[in-house]
Amino acid sequence: MGTYFSDIIRGLWSLLIGLSITFKEFFKPVVTVPYPFKTIKMTERYRGHVELIENDEGKPKCVACGMCQRACPSGCISLASKSVSYEVEVKGEMKTKKKKVLTKYDLDFTTCSLCGQCVESCNFQALTFSKEYNLASSRKEDFHFDLLNRLKERNS
Amino acid sequence: MSLTIFNALVAVVAAIAFAALNAAYLVWAERRGAGRIQRRPGPNVNGPLGLLQPPADGLKLMAKQLTIPGGADKALFVVAPVLAMVPAIMSFVTIPFSDTIVAHSMNIGVLMLFAFASLGGLAILFAGWGSRNKYGVMASVRAVSQSISYEIPMLITVITIVMITGTMNLKDMVAAQAGGFWNWNFFPSFSSPLMPISFLLFFVCTLAETNRAPFDLGEAESELVAGFHTEYGSMGFGLFFMGEYANIVIGTSLMTILFLGGWNCPFGLYPGVWWFLIKVYLLIFSFIWIRWTFPRTTIYGLLNLSWKILIPISLFNLLLTAGLLKVF
Repeated sequence: MGTYFSDIIRGLWSLLIGLSITFKEFFKPVVTVPYPFKTIKMTERYRGHVELIENDEGKPKCVACGMCQRACPSGCISLASKSVSYEVEVKGEMKTKKKKVLTKYDLDFTTCSLCGQCVESCNFQALTFSKEYNLASSRKEDFHFDLLNRLKERNS
Repeated sequence: MSLTIFNALVAVVAAIAFAALNAAYLVWAERRGAGRIQRRPGPNVNGPLGLLQPPADGLKLMAKQLTIPGGADKALFVVAPVLAMVPAIMSFVTIPFSDTIVAHSMNIGVLMLFAFASLGGLAILFAGWGSRNKYGVMASVRAVSQSISYEIPMLITVITIVMITGTMNLKDMVAAQAGGFWNWNFFPSFSSPLMPISFLLFFVCTLAETNRAPFDLGEAESELVAGFHTEYGSMGFGLFFMGEYANIVIGTSLMTILFLGGWNCPFGLYPGVWWFLIKVYLLIFSFIWIRWTFPRTTIYGLLNLSWKILIPISLFNLLLTAGLLKVF
């Protein structure tokens, strides 16, 4: 009986404290983002699927060495290239040189584990993580990305 | 004769419309309020401020099929949701919204309201028992023990009020509180010094009687799936929901009439239905506020609260008021 009334009073008081907290929260602004209408910017270190980086001319920086393809543990990168000859002036005379040009860079995102080995292995800083995250789809084909095409679309 | 039937019809239609509209839009208010308290917007996509959400929900519920589980007691299963809704609507008949807006003013209005209120417990018992579901049965056993133990302090408090006002007619009760807010039953007077405590007690009992959080043990999701309406889908579930919200409106109306002076203005200005509605909706807001503040109690805590705290205090208040009424 000794603590009967003090328990009631203390309990009631604690309930009032709880109520006052929620009452204050009621008038504070909302903190959520109404997702489909508004999106937040992804952080610097967010890992989306990989993306090609362009050089100053808008062409991929990639030299088609194939390091990323070999580094990939899931084997989800497949690229192709062709040789192109071009003329360059060396010490006053014109010389014909050859270089590889990327013709295809396919990423099979269904097996990609986002480990980042491809980005790390690239010696030409030609690969990066995209900030893409709206990637839901019901079809498998939607996850086979043609990165060369994506680069072209980004530039156009 | 034909006039009275017409009157009754109008009253019933108005009561159903009011109950249904309130039920629909209190769900919206509840969700918006919950959102605000949890610092998110709540439903805001359908229509301005999400105001078209209730009709959308209603259409969805109506479009669904009402399945009756195998082995269920078909009659009880079908009757239960109706029984949850009908007493709630019937109770509106005797509630005076203002001096003139009352369907049927009865001498025994309070008695009738509590008779119908106890039918709600029966609906929950039917639903849980009839659906042949262990969670349903457990929930209905809980709900019945809850409604029995909370009706006692509630009725004792009402008896106190009836002693003070000397009438069971709700309209006369409000009339007795006319004037300013100092005349309301909520405020202590010489003959009833414990009235604020009485109000608090009645408030807690109403929360428990309407199965609202933190006393919603009949539908404790965390332990009983959905409690007594686990097996209900479609409009069966919809009726339980509407019944619950209609009961909230009745409970808050009753609080307004018994303690807060009904349609009287706190300063004696422009008494009318608007004051009644303002008081009712403020009380409903406090219900929503409480629901999204406190976690659910245990069944032991619930019964302890009633039998060890509410009933002794309400009995003490009854005796004190009776004694003081005799003295003054």
